[in-house]
Amino acid sequence: MQHTISVLVENEFGVLSRVSSLFSGRGFNIDSLTVAPTNEEGMSRMTIVTRGDEKILEQITKQLNKLIDIIKVIDFTDGSGIERELALIKVTAEDESRAEVLRIVDIFRAKIIDVTPKSYTIEATGNPVKIDAILDLLRPLGLKELVRTGAVAIGRGAKGWKG
Amino acid sequence: MKMNGARILLECLKKEGVDTIFGYPGGTVINIYDELFSFKDIRHILPRHEQAGTHAADGYARATGRVGVCLATSGPGATNTVTGIATAYMDSIPMVIITGQVPTPLIGNDAFQEVDIIGITRPCTKHSFLVRDVKDLAMIMKKAFYIARSGRPGPVLVDFPKDVQIAQAEFSYPETVEIRSYKPTLGGHPRQVEKAMALMLEAHRPVMYVGGGAVLGNASDELTQLARMLTIPVTTTLMGLGSFPENDPNSLGMLGMHGAYCANMAMTNADLIVAIGARFDDRVTGKLTTFAPHAKIIHVDVDPTSIKKNVRVDLPIVGDVKDVLSKMIKQADKLSDKVAEFKAALAPWHSDISGWKEKHPIGYKESSTIIKPQFVIQKLRELSDADAIISTDVGQHQMWTAQFFQFNKPRTLLTSGGLGTMGFGLPAAMGAQAAYPGRQVITICGDGGVQMNIQEMATLVQNKLPVKIVILNNNFLGMVRQWQELFFDKRYSSTCMELPIDFVKLAEAYGAKGFSSSKPSDVEKIIKQGFKEQGPVIMEFKIAREEKVLPMVPAGAALNEMVLNA
Ligand SMILES: Cc1cc2nc3c(=O)[nH]c(=O)nc-3n(C[C@H](O)[C@H](O)[C@H](O)COP(=O)(O)OP(=O)(O)OC[C@H]3O[C@@H](n4cnc5c(N)ncnc54)[C@H](O)[C@@H]3O)c2cc1C
Ligand SMILES: Cc1ncc(C[n+]2csc(CCOP(=O)(O)OP(=O)(O)O)c2C)c(N)n1
Ligand SMILES: [Mg+2]
Repeated sequence: MQHTISVLVENEFGVLSRVSSLFSGRGFNIDSLTVAPTNEEGMSRMTIVTRGDEKILEQITKQLNKLIDIIKVIDFTDGSGIERELALIKVTAEDESRAEVLRIVDIFRAKIIDVTPKSYTIEATGNPVKIDAILDLLRPLGLKELVRTGAVAIGRGAKGWKG
Repeated sequence: MKMNGARILLECLKKEGVDTIFGYPGGTVINIYDELFSFKDIRHILPRHEQAGTHAADGYARATGRVGVCLATSGPGATNTVTGIATAYMDSIPMVIITGQVPTPLIGNDAFQEVDIIGITRPCTKHSFLVRDVKDLAMIMKKAFYIARSGRPGPVLVDFPKDVQIAQAEFSYPETVEIRSYKPTLGGHPRQVEKAMALMLEAHRPVMYVGGGAVLGNASDELTQLARMLTIPVTTTLMGLGSFPENDPNSLGMLGMHGAYCANMAMTNADLIVAIGARFDDRVTGKLTTFAPHAKIIHVDVDPTSIKKNVRVDLPIVGDVKDVLSKMIKQADKLSDKVAEFKAALAPWHSDISGWKEKHPIGYKESSTIIKPQFVIQKLRELSDADAIISTDVGQHQMWTAQFFQFNKPRTLLTSGGLGTMGFGLPAAMGAQAAYPGRQVITICGDGGVQMNIQEMATLVQNKLPVKIVILNNNFLGMVRQWQELFFDKRYSSTCMELPIDFVKLAEAYGAKGFSSSKPSDVEKIIKQGFKEQGPVIMEFKIAREEKVLPMVPAGAALNEMVLNA
C-alpha cells in the first residue's frame, strides 16, 4: 500500500543523503521524494511517498525517527493529510488536437504556460490521482516530455504539525 | 584563550575524561600530532594498523563502558577504520572516530588522500559530523560524545579538515547539550511495566532472554535481582554473556545456533518470553515461523526499531534496561503474595528444564592423546583470575569460549557478534589491557583470525601491554570447514591453511614469549607459565583439527532441531 510521509529535518549537511541511503540500504521503496526549507529557521521538510505492508511502514517510520537529524515523522496515510503535486507536461498539439488539449486543460483547471505551433506546455496541479488522470487523457495525443514534483502533503484542520 | 583547532580537539577529549586514544599519524592529522607531542593528559597508543586501532578503541569501550576514541589520517587511514567502525556499529559500542580530512577548499576535488569517509561510513555510524568552522568544534565534540554513549550507543565519526585544525578560536566547552531532534526514551512507561509484570506473574513457563543491552546498560545487578526474586530461568545471547552469572542455578547459558539444548528447548516451549536488550537476531531465532510458537513476548529495548523488526511482540516497552528492570523489581516487591504463588507454580517448568539440562548438557568427548579445544577453554577458566577479561576472535574458538568458559561478570567477554569480524580479538584485548593495566586480559583466537591483526604484537610489546594470546590452532578456517563438512560433502575448498606457522618464533620476533604444544598433558603447564610472564605471551595449542562446534542449529532450521553431540 502507498504511504505519504512527511519528515521534518534539521537543515544539516548531508541530511538528504542520510534519508535516501536509509531507504536504499534497507531495501525500502521511494516512489517520490521532495524537500525544501520551511518557515522555521534551520528546518526543512521532506515528503516521501513509499510503499509496503504495515510491518515495513512501521520500520520505515521508526528508522527515520532514529536518524539523529530528524525532528518528526508524520504518516498521512489515514486520510489525515492533503496532498498536492505539480506537473509540467509538454504535449503534441497540431491541427485538430489543439482544441482537444485546451478542453482537457480547462476541465482540469490546468494552465498553458508555453505555446508553439506544434505543442502546448501545461502546468497542472492537484493530488497525484488527478495528475495521473490528466496524463491518461493527454497521452494518446502525444506526450513529449513530463516533469512531476512528487507529492507534498500537509495535515488537515487548524492545527500545525506541532499540535 | 585562543587556540588552534587541533589543540581544541585535545581539550575537548580531556573534558570528556578521555585518558587514552589509539591513533595513526599522517598528513591531514599532523597538526593534531604536533599538539599531542606536548599534551600530557592523554595517552596516545600507536597501533600498527588503523583497523586495529579502531578495534582497540572498541575493546576499551566494551571493557570499561566508556566511549572509545581513535584517530586516523584522511584517505587510506580513514578507510582502514571502516571494518572497525562497522564492527562497533553492529554491536552498539560507543565510540568516537576522528579522521583527518583534506583542507575544506579542496574537498570534492579528488585531492591527495581525499575520500568521502562520511559517505562511506554513513550506513555503519550512528551519526557523523564534518567540522567546517573551528568555532563549531567544541559543540560538535560535545554532541559526538553524547550521541555515542546515550540511548542505543554507537560509533560517531568526526571528519576534521586540516585547515580547520590550524584555524584559531576561543575555547570553551559547553556544559550541556540539547539536540531537539534526538531525545532517546529512557524511562520505561510505568503502565507498560505494570502490564508486563501482570503478564509475567500469569505465566507458567517463562524465560528471560537477555542480550547485549543488559551489558551496555549496566543492568546486571537489577537483572540478577529480578531473576532471583521470581526464579525465572535466564538465557543470554552471545552478546549478553556475563550479564547474568552462568553459575546461577537459574542460568540456561547461551541460546541460539550454538546455544545450549536446554536454552533452545526452553524458548520453544515457553509461554512467555521476556526479551531484555536483545534483538531477535537470526542466529538466535532459527526459522522464524517456528520460533517460540506458544509464547507471548514482552520486549524491552531502548531502540524502537529493534521491537517488532523480526518477531511479533505482545507488549513492547521502550526504555533503558536498568530503569525498566528497577521498576519491575519495585512492582514485584509490591506484589509479594502473587510472586510467592507464581514461584510455587513454576515447579513443573523448573523440572522440565532440569530434565533438558541433564539430557544434553554442553559437552565434548575428552582425549588423552590430542588437545581438545574445549579442554583448553576449561583450563583457562580454571586458571585465570575471577575478573579476567576475555576477548575472542571469530570462528569455532569463539563458540567454544562462549560454551565452555562460563561468564559470571558483565564486560568480561569482548566478542564481535553482529559483524563477526575476524581480526578483532587481539586488538580488542589490547584496548582492554590499556584501560585496565592491572587486570588479566586474555584473547582466544583461531590460527586464521589471529593473523589478520598479528602486527599488533609490536604494539603490545612496545606499550608493555601484557595480553595473553591463546591460539587454538586447527590449521583450518575451522568454522567454514565445519560448514563444508556438514553441508558441502567435506569439500574443503580453501579452508586448509596448509602452511604451518611457527608461532613461537613469531612471538620472539616481536620480543614476546611464545609456547606451543600438541600434548594435552602440556596444557595446564603452558597456561600457568604464560600467565606468570610479565609481558605479552603467545600460547599456541595444536588442537584436534576437525573438532566441531556442537550443538548446532543448521541455518534455516527451527531452534529445537539441533544437531547434538554424538
Ligand atoms: C560465528 C558466530 C556464531 C554466533 N552464534 C550465536 C549463537 O549461537 N547465539 C547467539 O546468541 N548469538 C550468536 N552469534 C551472535 C549473533 O550474530 C548476534 O550478534 C547476537 O545474537 C545479538 O545479540 P543481542 O540480541 O544481544 O543484540 P545486541 O547486538 O547486543 O543488541 C543489543 C540490543 O539491546 C538494545 N540496547 C542497547 N542498550 C540498551 C539499553 N541501555 N537499554 C535497553 N536496550 C538497550 C539495542 O537497541 C539492541 O536492540 C554468533 C556470532 C558469530 C560471529
Ligand atoms: C574478516 C572476515 N573474513 C571472513 C570471515 C568468515 N569466517 C568466519 S569464521 C572463519 C574461520 C576462522 O578461522 P580461524 O580464525 O582459524 O578460527 P577457527 O574457526 O578455526 O577457530 C571465517 C573465514 C569472517 N568472519 N571475517
Ligand atoms: Mg583455525
